[in-house]
Amino acid sequence: MKLAIKLAYKNLIGAGLRTWLNVIVLSFSFVMIIAAKGILVGWDRQAKKDMNEWEIGGGQYWNVNYDPYDAFTLNDAHSAIPSQFSNEIERGDMVPVLITQGTIYPEGRMQSILIKGIDPEQILLKLPTSKLDTAVGAIPVIIGSNMARVNKLNKGDYVTIRWRDTNGTFDATEVFIADIFTTNVPTVDLAQVWVPLDSLQSMLMMPGEATILTFRDAGSQRSEEKNWKLMTYKTLVSDIEGMIKTKSVAQSIFYTILLILALLAIFDTQVLSIFRRQKEIGTYIALGYTRKEVVMLFTVESAMHAVLAAVVGAIYGIPLLMWLARKGISLGQSSSDYGFAIANIMYPVYSGTLIIGTTLVVLLATTIVSYWPSRRIAKMNPTEALRGKLQ
Amino acid sequence: MNDNFIIITEKLTKRFPMGKGEFTALKGIDLTLDVGEFTGLIGPSGSGKTTLLNIIGSLDTPSDGEAIVMGKSIGKLSAREAAKLRKEKLGFIFQSYNLLQVHTVFENVEFPLLLLDFTGNERRKMVMDALEWVGLTDKIKQKPPQLSGGECQRVAIARAMVKKPSLVLADEPTANLDAANSHNILQTMAKLNEDLRTTFLFATHDEKVIGYLKRKIYLKDGLVDKIETA
Repeated sequence: MKLAIKLAYKNLIGAGLRTWLNVIVLSFSFVMIIAAKGILVGWDRQAKKDMNEWEIGGGQYWNVNYDPYDAFTLNDAHSAIPSQFSNEIERGDMVPVLITQGTIYPEGRMQSILIKGIDPEQILLKLPTSKLDTAVGAIPVIIGSNMARVNKLNKGDYVTIRWRDTNGTFDATEVFIADIFTTNVPTVDLAQVWVPLDSLQSMLMMPGEATILTFRDAGSQRSEEKNWKLMTYKTLVSDIEGMIKTKSVAQSIFYTILLILALLAIFDTQVLSIFRRQKEIGTYIALGYTRKEVVMLFTVESAMHAVLAAVVGAIYGIPLLMWLARKGISLGQSSSDYGFAIANIMYPVYSGTLIIGTTLVVLLATTIVSYWPSRRIAKMNPTEALRGKLQ
Repeated sequence: MNDNFIIITEKLTKRFPMGKGEFTALKGIDLTLDVGEFTGLIGPSGSGKTTLLNIIGSLDTPSDGEAIVMGKSIGKLSAREAAKLRKEKLGFIFQSYNLLQVHTVFENVEFPLLLLDFTGNERRKMVMDALEWVGLTDKIKQKPPQLSGGECQRVAIARAMVKKPSLVLADEPTANLDAANSHNILQTMAKLNEDLRTTFLFATHDEKVIGYLKRKIYLKDGLVDKIETA
């Protein structure tokens, strides 16, 4: 085997440009696969981290009538906060959020919004709710930067919002934009206005009620409560996981095509080289190789494309991927339109498993592709091969 | 059987499929070769000399009869045993040199030793000795495309001789060489035959080679036509 590797290396290097073309194409596949996968891993981590910090904590209780995809359920999606959670809420390990549908009127325009009431003193979520403590003539609110951008609102602006209370009566008031926060989680940003919980409970005439209870500890054993269903962290991130899985499949198709192109080049080279190097094959056999050993030599030789590609890929890939991991990949303004947690700048994450796994997959695929045409050698007549007479 | 015989063939027959029928290249060859002979199989194209050489070299197998090389019946050897015989006991010299193009002269000559259990130092000494026999010690770093035809064939001889095989099989070794180079090559081989007692068996129809042979086995239509001893 050692000799086969030594010879294979020598033959590969001796083949010159042809080898390097294959190696470069294959190395490109390596780097692309790792880069693309790294983005998905980074995205997955960032999305979960951001969702954890900004929205879902370690899990939530939802009012049984609450359906985030159906705004009409909000009229009925509220109930009294169970008394057994009082201590947890006082400790700051649980945050009640009351949600209702409403309308905002910025500069004479109108837009449907969700009005969310949250305790200004909460520290569980990253939302800058302390700004809701601002004492002004109007109800202080905080909004996300995308909401502010879409509605051309600025910090310090006053704007009118309208809602319907528990009796179905419309009411409206002026609110004061106390702060504008920046987040990667659109579900706490787009079309949402955060107000103090007490204020919203009073506006809706729903004292002591909430729609969602977000808790800190994902690991604690919890059970469903009357009127409240338990949504574990795993359930809450399943959407993002499903989304990333879908993206991953689409991306896999792309880099499978890339890999197939590289492998086709190697297959083609191998078929040609077996035909072109018949004399050499005959010589190996005359000098004492068995045909199986020659097959092994040719397979190792082609599989070594993958090894060289890994080395070449590492030479330009490591600095490139490190640079990408440090600088991130900008997704521009449009990132807010994705509808789920995605940062404006994505920081890819390259794990050892990803790098080793990709290398092994490419190495295995290359070896299989090389072995296939190499089997032809096993059927060669060495006397004809020696004279280069095989067709 | 006489232990002195390095090669014995008995009613050696070789048939090849041809279209719907068969072509018989060897029609029952009976031959013996002693250790240390410098012998040639002589005949026109199609007389069966290369086929006979290939069978003796364990690159092919007989259809009928027997070819016994150094006590081993070629037809009964497994692929692994045949490869072992070639690796340890046989040297080959080909008409078109068959050197490994991307390897240097040194590496080409070293190759047969890599398949055997020699240390790096042993290999280096043996390669340099072999290159000295053929007068190419100054070309060790060159590659075959940088050498002349004569030099290439001398590298091939060094490669065949480096492991000091019992038998060297040379198929038309001078066919691609001019007269001066041919004589140079043949003198080298004759000297190695004298010095190392290596048995040489040629397949040729080149008069220059025939002039150097100590025994000439003439083949005609797959049969031994006549044998001449110098």
